[in-house]
Amino acid sequence: MELRFYLRQLRMVLALPSTLYSYGQKKGNASLAFDEMLTAENLPRPPYKDYHEWYAAQDTAHLIRKTQDAENIFRKTGITFAVYGHADSSEKLIPFDIIPRIISAREWRKLAQGIEQRVLALNAFLDDIYHKQEIIKAGRIPRELIEKNSAFLPEMIGFKPPGGVYTHIVGTDIVRTGEDQFYVLEDNARTPSGVSYMLENRETMMQMFPELFTLNKVQRVEDYPRLLRQSLAAVAPPGCKGKPRVAVLTPGIYNSAYYEHSFLADQMGVELVEGSDLRVLDGKVQMRTTRGYEAIDVLYRRVDDDFLDPLTFRADSALGVPGIMDVYRAGNITIANAPGTGISDDKAIYSYMPEIVEFYTGRKALLENVPTWRCSEPDSLKYVLENIADLVIKEVHGSGGYGMLVGPTATKKERADFAEKLAAKPGNYIAQPTLALSTVPIFVNKGVAPRHVDLRPYVLVSDKVKIIPGGLTRVALKQGSLVVNSSQGGGTKDTWVLED
Amino acid sequence: MLGRTANGLYWMFRYIERAENIARLVDAGLRVSLTRAGSSDEDWHGVLESAGVREAYSEVHDKMTAADAVDYLLRDRANLSSVMSCIEAGRNNARMVRTALTRETWEATNEAWIDLKARMSRKLKAADLPELIGVIKHRCGLIRGAFHGSMLRNEIYNFARIGTFIERADNTARILDVKYYVLLPSVSQVGSALDNFQWESILRSVSAHRSYGWVYDGEYQASNIADMLILQVQMPRSLAYCYEKIVSNLRYLSEDYAGERLTAHDTADAIRTMLKRGSVTEIMDQGLHEFLEDFVYRNNQLSAEISDGYRFYQ
Repeated sequence: MELRFYLRQLRMVLALPSTLYSYGQKKGNASLAFDEMLTAENLPRPPYKDYHEWYAAQDTAHLIRKTQDAENIFRKTGITFAVYGHADSSEKLIPFDIIPRIISAREWRKLAQGIEQRVLALNAFLDDIYHKQEIIKAGRIPRELIEKNSAFLPEMIGFKPPGGVYTHIVGTDIVRTGEDQFYVLEDNARTPSGVSYMLENRETMMQMFPELFTLNKVQRVEDYPRLLRQSLAAVAPPGCKGKPRVAVLTPGIYNSAYYEHSFLADQMGVELVEGSDLRVLDGKVQMRTTRGYEAIDVLYRRVDDDFLDPLTFRADSALGVPGIMDVYRAGNITIANAPGTGISDDKAIYSYMPEIVEFYTGRKALLENVPTWRCSEPDSLKYVLENIADLVIKEVHGSGGYGMLVGPTATKKERADFAEKLAAKPGNYIAQPTLALSTVPIFVNKGVAPRHVDLRPYVLVSDKVKIIPGGLTRVALKQGSLVVNSSQGGGTKDTWVLED
Repeated sequence: MLGRTANGLYWMFRYIERAENIARLVDAGLRVSLTRAGSSDEDWHGVLESAGVREAYSEVHDKMTAADAVDYLLRDRANLSSVMSCIEAGRNNARMVRTALTRETWEATNEAWIDLKARMSRKLKAADLPELIGVIKHRCGLIRGAFHGSMLRNEIYNFARIGTFIERADNTARILDVKYYVLLPSVSQVGSALDNFQWESILRSVSAHRSYGWVYDGEYQASNIADMLILQVQMPRSLAYCYEKIVSNLRYLSEDYAGERLTAHDTADAIRTMLKRGSVTEIMDQGLHEFLEDFVYRNNQLSAEISDGYRFYQ
């Protein structure tokens, strides 16, 4: 065959996306799941229509190159995270997939209403349990579940944080199982991370595929840093006269989310401080500058409660500020999120969320909870032990996908070992059915393949609630895997919310 | 600005400067081994000495070989002044002060680290050294260029510049001090092949073997070489030039800070005046070695006064 002709043939094969673009026989065990892009007939669903058409006209080799470009952008920008326990590879990239996850305006409105209701309920709940405790008195939540919980901080009892806001930043983890079937998996009300990926993913997509953004009307996420700063400044403490001075508190460059801390401080145009920069002077939290000490009014802390104040919490903490809790209680600093908010996203509390939402908003929860068995209850424990192969079992205080068992994919031995731990301390665990998480295609060298996803939209709470249209889509890169955590080999996608 | 940020900027630029200077030293060392008849591995003693790591080297190596010395200077992480250690420390400081840097400056620094880490992940081959040294200088140049081209001329800029010139002055003084004996009038005979060779190697270590000709018409002469590296304000690696810069950057800081003057300002002024008024004859009479030792001491003292005055640590 003449070489030129051969090359043209080859290119035609490479550029035949319509055949490559169906999942074909390879849907595998994801086939039962709802695919957000394609119907069972391999036709694009409405939000993906324009994207699908665009994709069909692309050359695969070109997209492979773009994937490489994206990786280079992330590497050179230093958008990395640290995986604890991997000394040799201390900085890693989170894999980025170039196919966006697209949500229609209608779907988003529904989600946003549900999220807003839930976030307002969380704040009302926190205010209640640190004051009148009416939900306990009404018998809706057992008292010991609150008061014996390590995330409940007695130091916060009777104290109202500035503006009455507890959870300034929330990341609500949502999963989807069908056309109109959304569940809240977790309410992250302590210091949810990942928002820098939402922003950098969008930035990268706009750099690599500008034409897609004229083809699709995608709602903006770029305002997040500005809105965050406004939101933080809006809840300045009573002791702040004049323009509030905001700072971000980081544990330092060796923290796994350090990139995000510096990114947010930079984008907001505020100082990035460490505990060693701060001290309490004249009743204010002050930072050591080249000109002397200067007061801070609002501290967006990315340090856990335990480490915040060695005089109040863990005495061995070098990450916090001795005496900051006294300044806080005197109304001279705002801490975001407020100390003690962890009680509201505790996995043991999670199962009560439908009651909590109804109790404080007077309405049924718009967004559903995943059915949850509390292993502390004997009947539930029995059920969980009998059905361990079908359930996901999580540690009540765990996070990041550690300390959990995914029944269906675990080995016999793993299940038996876990059952032992579970029986020994049932109160430490909850169990949920394995949901058939929705899939979105990812780009692989041969074309596309469906992978399970979740979604973390970001919510800002001050005198109003703002939900950024989009969020972080995490995707399990391994075929069939349901674990999307970046520490466990998950990747991310840009998330588009379309305009009407 | 946070005291810790000022500290991070200062050290980021000290480390980048040091990385580049070490690369120049190795470059000059390689040149010696190439051109000098009967050169021996012993020549690397002087290079290690100039880099301030000769003792540390002999703690881990029994013998002196060119390959070991080059490896120790360029990529050994146990050597805190190796190019790789410096690039990594510079980049860690840059990460710490990320919010004070433009994206361009940060990316140039991060890319330097990524590139050099990859190039130095394995033992180095002699044949690859010229290219590697070129890349090191090139990468450091890119960082400097991005910094100059994109940063605001404010306190951030001044702390970074002060770090650069404190480090550079220290390096130039050390290079001279290690070789001071070949510049002494009693030893040097003008025109001897050996001296010419030694002198050229000094000039190469500070990339001044070409510019020397423009300033002093060709012939190598010990007093001129000392003059060029110590007192010549046009020469960007001379002590005098470094102090012109340090004094003006400190002055900008003081103007920025409502005229506040610290001990550091007086110390820097005094050193600058000494360099401005000094002459080579005087320095030689006083003793070149004593002069350089004293200079390195005062330069360090200034560094300490700057970190105290601007609250780098406390």
